[in-house]
Amino acid sequence: MIVNRLRRALREGFKSVVRNGWMSVASVNAVAVSLLILGLFYLLVSNINHFTYDLENQLEMKVFMEPTADEEAVRAMEARLRNEPTVKEVQFIPKEEGLKQFAASLGERGELLEGLKEENPLPDAFVVQTYEPEQIAPLAEQLKSVETVGNVIYGQEYVDKLLSFTDGVRWLAMILVLLLALTAVFLIANTIRLTIFSRRREIEIMKLVGATNWFVRGPFLIEGVMLGLFGGVVASLVLVLAYGILVDKTRDTLAMYSIQLLPMYPVVLQMTGVLLIIGACIGGGGSWLSVRRFLRI
Amino acid sequence: MIDLFDVWKTYPNGVHALQGINMTVKHGEFVYLVGPSGAGKSTLLKMMYREEKPTKGQIFFEGFNLSRIREREIPKIRRKIGVVFQDFKLLPRLTVYENVAFALEVVDTPRSRIKKRVEQVLEQVQLLHKKDRYPSELSGGEQQRVSLARALANKPSIIIADEPTGNLDPETSWDIMELFVDINRQGTTVVMATHNKEIVNTIRRRVVAVENGRIVRDEQRGEYGYDR
Repeated sequence: MIVNRLRRALREGFKSVVRNGWMSVASVNAVAVSLLILGLFYLLVSNINHFTYDLENQLEMKVFMEPTADEEAVRAMEARLRNEPTVKEVQFIPKEEGLKQFAASLGERGELLEGLKEENPLPDAFVVQTYEPEQIAPLAEQLKSVETVGNVIYGQEYVDKLLSFTDGVRWLAMILVLLLALTAVFLIANTIRLTIFSRRREIEIMKLVGATNWFVRGPFLIEGVMLGLFGGVVASLVLVLAYGILVDKTRDTLAMYSIQLLPMYPVVLQMTGVLLIIGACIGGGGSWLSVRRFLRI
Repeated sequence: MIDLFDVWKTYPNGVHALQGINMTVKHGEFVYLVGPSGAGKSTLLKMMYREEKPTKGQIFFEGFNLSRIREREIPKIRRKIGVVFQDFKLLPRLTVYENVAFALEVVDTPRSRIKKRVEQVLEQVQLLHKKDRYPSELSGGEQQRVSLARALANKPSIIIADEPTGNLDPETSWDIMELFVDINRQGTTVVMATHNKEIVNTIRRRVVAVENGRIVRDEQRGEYGYDR
């Protein structure tokens, strides 16, 4: 009985989608556009999360001495660092070494630094690794207050900045998607209303001979959900293709900055799942809106 | 079977359609509702199959309080009531057979039983030979028979008819009336709003006259009582 009803609702719903032609296409488009934007943000935020996770796992900080610090101060600092219980490893980078590394990172243009050999502007530095990532920040704060220390750089600063940036992106995405989803809901509601109008005689008779509300509602809800799902499929297809191309084309360029985009799988599958579910909800919501108002016979 | 106690209906536009109706319809009765247009006959019928809710008062149908019934329970009572209209309300894209089967499908009747029942009621209204025609290929009288067959399909205990002969020529009207009398004789209650003087005065039954939303006359084996 239930199966029969479901089959009937599916058949009727599908017929309406076809019969409503361009209105259906418009609704699917509206859903697709809002989901496209949602998917875009989904990929963006996933990638930023991935990136910040990498950064957080670089258990490293750089302690730069004041340029004026003498050898004694540098040695004192080294001793202090080695005695810290949280410190796993300390590597001393004298200023000459620092300059070499800097020159190397500039590649061919490193020659420009040749003239600086006599008067090296770089300070001595230590690269410090702790046992746990969360031990970096407090240690860094301690060291910053030491007189002979110029600056302390550690990944957490970037991580914090990135995290607040992702938070912003998430909010923006939520608001945009909400607005677009609302538009899509209303467009779907309109399409469903067309169906209801074209079939109001049938609905009237159904109600008069004792059809339950769910029997009447079923096909309209199915129609809405179908429109939403189609929208989700369109958006997912576009994004999966686009992301595939993006990952492919940017691999070499980004590798130079030791950044990596998330690989296609599983992120696009998760995204497709999210988009389909939200699409179905938008569609169902839209038809619910129409059906509720028009089926009080 | 149906009891109305002090039923009032005021439409949102301020029209007082019914003003204190008290009435009882017994099992197996045949009741004509007569009165001028706009007197409230249709509203009264709509109250009985719960298309409209009373503004005030109580309506009972076989133990259900229609003025308090929950939305979800309406289908239950509608399945015990067959409704017939002046304009037939057939679905033009369905055949005669499908139109009648529709009423059964909607209430989840098993497929095997649908065929049997549809043929049974079409036989009863003498239209089985036209079961594959479309409504547009039928005469008005034939269309009304189909709608009567549809109303009968779920074996209702009462048939409510709103001017069933209103769109038919006199001769066809008599044929339809014969069916109603027949159905009534088999035990189904009939409540019918009508403007047909000859019919009411010939097939004598209980007559309830409504004017300005009030019952002004209620007689067994009554007369139509108006000139037109």
